Amino acid sequence: MFRISIKMLFGDGARFYGILLGLAFASLLIAQQSSIFVGLMSRTSAFIRDTPQADIWVTDPDLLSVDDAKALRDADLQRVRGVPGVAWAVPLFKGLLGVRLDDGRRTVCEVIGIDDATLIGGPHTMLEGKLEDLRQADAVIVSHRRLARELRMATGERGPDGKSIDRPMRVGDEMELNERRARVVGICVNEESFQYVPQVYTTYSRALQFQPAVRRVMSMVLVKAEPGINPADLARRIEERTGLSALAASPFQWKTIGFWMRETGIPINFGIAIALGFFVGVAIAGQMFYNFTLENLKYFGAMKAMGASSWLLLRMVALQGAVAGAIGLGLGLGIASAIGLLNNPDHLAFVMTWHIPVITAGAVLVIVVGASLISMIRVIRLDPKSVFQG
Amino acid sequence: MSAVATNLAIDATGLTKAYGKDDDRVVALAGADLQVPYGELVMLVGPSGCGKTTLISILAGLLTRDGGSCSVLGVDPQALPNGVRTAWRGRHVGFVFQQFNLVPTITAQENVAIPLLIQGASRREAMSRAHEMLRRVGLSGRERSLPPQMSGGQQQRVAIARALAPDPRLLVCDEPTSALDGATGQSVMELVARVAREDGHAVVVITHDERIFRFADRIAHMDDGRVTRTDVPAKEHA
Repeated sequence: MFRISIKMLFGDGARFYGILLGLAFASLLIAQQSSIFVGLMSRTSAFIRDTPQADIWVTDPDLLSVDDAKALRDADLQRVRGVPGVAWAVPLFKGLLGVRLDDGRRTVCEVIGIDDATLIGGPHTMLEGKLEDLRQADAVIVSHRRLARELRMATGERGPDGKSIDRPMRVGDEMELNERRARVVGICVNEESFQYVPQVYTTYSRALQFQPAVRRVMSMVLVKAEPGINPADLARRIEERTGLSALAASPFQWKTIGFWMRETGIPINFGIAIALGFFVGVAIAGQMFYNFTLENLKYFGAMKAMGASSWLLLRMVALQGAVAGAIGLGLGLGIASAIGLLNNPDHLAFVMTWHIPVITAGAVLVIVVGASLISMIRVIRLDPKSVFQG
Repeated sequence: MSAVATNLAIDATGLTKAYGKDDDRVVALAGADLQVPYGELVMLVGPSGCGKTTLISILAGLLTRDGGSCSVLGVDPQALPNGVRTAWRGRHVGFVFQQFNLVPTITAQENVAIPLLIQGASRREAMSRAHEMLRRVGLSGRERSLPPQMSGGQQQRVAIARALAPDPRLLVCDEPTSALDGATGQSVMELVARVAREDGHAVVVITHDERIFRFADRIAHMDDGRVTRTDVPAKEHA
């Protein structure tokens, strides 16, 4: 009977494709919007993941996110170093500065100043050059992101239209950071950040030269726990002793993500899109599945008259719902994944974690089970003698 | 005396049934009697609303009665537990519907196999029996046809094959010729009458179609919820 049940589903072409379309569209919208939301939120804490050397991030207690600018006093570094269990603690500068390129164009970049002595806090992967090259005079390392679009250098040649031809910045090029010369000695790999500005690494002391003179400049302190010391315990001890905020990488990421979720309309906007996807699924697929069952009610009635139990008919309806749901879900997730894969990750923030297919499957399950349950009620209440009523 | 001992497939006496309550109460059966021996084809005729459908629904175990006594194939369907009654109906009662009720997206053979599959037969057994039944009703070669690809008469033959596939002892037909033209209707009734007599089935047919009266062994006239008289039709053209 289950084979017949499936043939009943596949055989009703228009309704079957309508159900699939509704479920696929709902799955697509839920999965795609969720993936973009996760991608965007993930970018807000990209810098923390790009700096894996530190166990603990020490910041001003009022700092809202990793991109917030609430500098510490220089003395705070020594206070942190004085806390038992700290293996090392290094300063980190992180701030937005103006850049002037060789052809006079101006842009903004995020300058990250890392500890001069140890270079801790620097990029973990280099495409060109070495991290140690930062010790050269005026040296900076630029992230490979945004090279193609923002950090472009003039070639001195002109195209057929008379416009200047430029190229992405490369090792050996020079630019000005706050009117001071900076020379590119390497190109590193970074995650795309939420701020969409070029990232430039240099030493902490050089970053202070680029930065206009202010009393407090140290953005945060990166801390490594001694072997055998629990980072969470150490973070708590640093907070107690210094009055500063000290968080391990993961809580710091969540603090940053939490800030963007609280302070922007991003979750609401994506939530609305995801809810729309769900309701579209309910409206189209749920309604069409219900109509499909209604259309088949006379056949179910005949089967009931011929000795089919309500339990058998319910299982047939459930199987139809499950098959339609699985195919619709597969189509929707497949299209969403294809959109994510085919788009340039610089342009589309798309991260489909394993949770997203699970949540999407759950949403489809709710749609299908809901529609099936309503349909099943009709099947259970079906009066077999109704088949005699024409 | 039991129905089996008297060779009666159906022995119903004083059946009553009403729908609704109080002011909305509608009496469908008001003491209907019907006896149908094995191997006999009985037609139920009467105006719309006289209780024909209610009567066959009670006889087939699809509906419970309010009063009276009823023995169908030796048992009182109403006395059977619900699940047992459903299984009993599937095994012993065949149905032919006015609108055929064939699933349009599966083949004729699969449609015929449905009651056997419901009873738990394997697909191979069910399809083999369905093939045999289609041959009996003159539809060899149309096993793989979908119902919409068949004429009305052919569809009704498929429906008859489906009803007879589990070899039921009672065949209940609701207006089996009303959706068919005259010649096709005659041909379908010839088939029903032949099968009933060959295999000893009891057959109850609801109809308004006087052209098929001649296939009946008896005609039970119903009015106001009762069987008012029973005739033996003229057989000169049968």
